[in-house]
Amino acid sequence: MNNKDLLNLIDITVSFEGFLALNKLNLNLKKGELRAVIGPNGAGKTTFLDVITGKVKPTKGEVIFKGKSLVGRKEHKIARLGVGRKFQSPRIFENLTVKENLEISVSTPKSPLNLINKNIKDEQLNEIERLMKIVNLAQKVDSKAGSLSHGQKQWLEIAMLVGQKPDLMLVDEPVAGLTDEETDLTADLLKSLSGENTVVVIDHDMEFIRRLDSNVSVLNQGTVLCEGTMETIQKDQKVIDVYLGRPED
Amino acid sequence: MSLSKFKFDKRIALSFWIILIALIIAAPTLLPVFRLNLLGRYLSLSIVALGVDLIWGYTGLLSLGQGIFFALGGYCAAMYLQITSSSEFPNNIPEFFALYGVEKLPFFWEPFKSPIFTFFAIWIIPALIAGLIGFLVFRNRIKGVYFSILTQASLLVFFNFFNGQQKLINGTNGLKTDVTQLFGQMVGSESMQRIFFWITAILVIAAWFFAKWVVRGRFGNILIGIRDDEPRVRFTGYNPVIFKTIVFSIAGGLAGISGALYTVQSGIVSPQFMTVPFSIEMVIWVAVGGRGTLLGAILGAVFINYAKSLVSEALPASWMFIQGGLFILVVTALPEGVLGWIQGDGPRNLLQRFGLKRKIETYPSLEVNNKEGNNE
Repeated sequence: MNNKDLLNLIDITVSFEGFLALNKLNLNLKKGELRAVIGPNGAGKTTFLDVITGKVKPTKGEVIFKGKSLVGRKEHKIARLGVGRKFQSPRIFENLTVKENLEISVSTPKSPLNLINKNIKDEQLNEIERLMKIVNLAQKVDSKAGSLSHGQKQWLEIAMLVGQKPDLMLVDEPVAGLTDEETDLTADLLKSLSGENTVVVIDHDMEFIRRLDSNVSVLNQGTVLCEGTMETIQKDQKVIDVYLGRPED
Repeated sequence: MSLSKFKFDKRIALSFWIILIALIIAAPTLLPVFRLNLLGRYLSLSIVALGVDLIWGYTGLLSLGQGIFFALGGYCAAMYLQITSSSEFPNNIPEFFALYGVEKLPFFWEPFKSPIFTFFAIWIIPALIAGLIGFLVFRNRIKGVYFSILTQASLLVFFNFFNGQQKLINGTNGLKTDVTQLFGQMVGSESMQRIFFWITAILVIAAWFFAKWVVRGRFGNILIGIRDDEPRVRFTGYNPVIFKTIVFSIAGGLAGISGALYTVQSGIVSPQFMTVPFSIEMVIWVAVGGRGTLLGAILGAVFINYAKSLVSEALPASWMFIQGGLFILVVTALPEGVLGWIQGDGPRNLLQRFGLKRKIETYPSLEVNNKEGNNE
């Protein structure tokens, strides 16, 4: 652990009725880092995000974010501390318009009193406009989010994530179901966000991960198998075994 | 949504309002007092329906226990009226106490001697109790069908308590208000009933504006967010427990006002207000009128209840079948309710079915977008 780290996961173990979804997982993230996390199905990638965001309480271990422990905190408190999450399948509010969705994400403070009797601040409106331009949804401001295409929904959710201004962005499979062109744009967008923000991207798509050009952590059976650049991990015998399969012992 | 559709919605809402207000103004001269009184009662029921719409239509909380708060409001009003009209009775306490040998006023009646306390109690007590029940339930993340069952169980607890306490609040007989006095006039008198009609009409409109204010902006959007995807709201940094508690409390307060107005116009409050079928009926009014459309809740409450009294006069005992049928019809054919159907594509689809309107040839969104393009 050192001061430059934004997030430390220390010996995280999550057990679902005896099944170890995560097994002594250790992972450290520096401020401003872009990190890709890959791993076969069932490796514990989504559980790993659930632990950070407070959805799942680890059976053992500690999550330190900006020097504070996150274990036992409620989801909304963790979100307010600066952890934002994008879900695997786009989770946006389909019955609200694009603009209303973004209003929900950029509004602060997030107290009922503030929301009911004050209008949204001008700088927040400007922020919404900026976000809509970034993700190419400016034409769709007043469309119901449910009427967007799959790719647009993915982007709207990314825009909502950015609008939350989190220090740590957790992005779960952002390019699932996107076209090649959209995938490339998404990779560029995520790359441009890192530096100022710390971004963790989970995905299967190797081309996409390569394009991110970042450090990669490989998860397998609930623990970090190996870490390094794309070239290093591609040469790693353990990773090859996991991804290509190996004969039963 | 295109501009023309927006205008269309506005026109519908505006014409409904004009008709509604015209009816309210015309009613006292057109209707005999008996009918006017019925209309006044049904209008007061539309206030509890607005509350049901806020918690169910907007926030997705299906409460089957709104009767609790409705009855509490009614009891608050009735206790005040009974106590201010009890000067001729033994010990200067309401007449029924003598039947059970009670000589001293139970302590919780004392504050109801004050009209100001009563004025606030009618809506604040139900709101507080709703807030308390809500907070405990929501904090434990009890949702969906479990929430509905829990509210119904609470309703039964309250019903049994009020039903059994003769010595405190006259138990199953309830509290009569029509022979009590208010400002020197008998509450059940014709002139008082006219005044109550006006008060009710004004409060319905005020309640509608209030509900509209609640759901208007970002607060209302969070409620919709909670209904559609509560965990997502949580991960965005909002605490759904607080939002749900507030809206449930608001619905409780509205139910209290509604119950008080209903009590003074029907002449009695009794534990019958806390029976299970009555609370379910409240949900049916909203479902038929249109969930998530505030106007639909008002119209549903008024029209279904008016239909109920007309049908019951003509064909006694048939109403339950009609009400059941109506509910099934709405659930299967008009899931958005009547007003939701009108505001959606309902009328156009119907006209198309009879060949009266041209079918949309491409995706609706494409045609709509083209129109927008032309406008610009």
